Amino acid sequence: MELLERFAAGDLEAFETLFRQYQSAVFRWIMRIVRNTATAEDLTVEAFWRVYRARARFDAVSGNFGGWLRRIATNVAIDHLRRTRTEVPLPEDLPGIATSRPGEQAEMRRQIQCALSKLSPRLRGAVLLALVEEEPYGEIAQALGISVNAVKVRVFRGVRILRKELSRVGVHP
Amino acid sequence: MNEREIAELKKLLKDTLPPAGDAELRRDLWPAMLRRLDERPVRVPWWDWALLAGVIALFCFFPGIIPALLYQL
Repeated sequence: MELLERFAAGDLEAFETLFRQYQSAVFRWIMRIVRNTATAEDLTVEAFWRVYRARARFDAVSGNFGGWLRRIATNVAIDHLRRTRTEVPLPEDLPGIATSRPGEQAEMRRQIQCALSKLSPRLRGAVLLALVEEEPYGEIAQALGISVNAVKVRVFRGVRILRKELSRVGVHP
Repeated sequence: MNEREIAELKKLLKDTLPPAGDAELRRDLWPAMLRRLDERPVRVPWWDWALLAGVIALFCFFPGIIPALLYQL
């Protein structure tokens, strides 16, 4: 029996094989959206948990496991942004880009994070993936389960809100 | 708003926020996954079921209160 068929039948060893094969890719994808290492690790486990629970619904013969997994991981990350929306601005534990004026850059970064936190989770996810991570629109569309045009609309709306928010605090891109 | 404005904002975002896509996983997450799989599903206490049964029984015996409740919502 093929690996995916064994997974769909509930074989834990097959699931472990798939987990080890895809965990880094899922972590990196979630990291692109939530931008916090510890959170991305927790959400990676959550994504695979959802995958394991939904295994019976996966078409092991003709299904695209990687695409299905990425879509679930995206939903997990967006759900997280939704839950934490009112608590904190976008978390960020990545090192900043080196510059000759670190104080100024830190302030700019704070303002951008603040502006990003004003976006709805759906718009924020699309903006981060398209503009910061430069993921192709086709891949974003597949991960979000929407059309390429819908992704473009989300990015457009997100950019409009971001520009407005940044202009309000005196930042003019 | 045009493509130029999107490109300008993109440049500002990229200059300020480093891409996160190259982040490396610091540890194997399989042990955490196993712990998650071993977690028991949340059990609903028996009194919650009793309360639900009571509410259903109330609606069955006194259906007239349903529109009154809906009006209050």
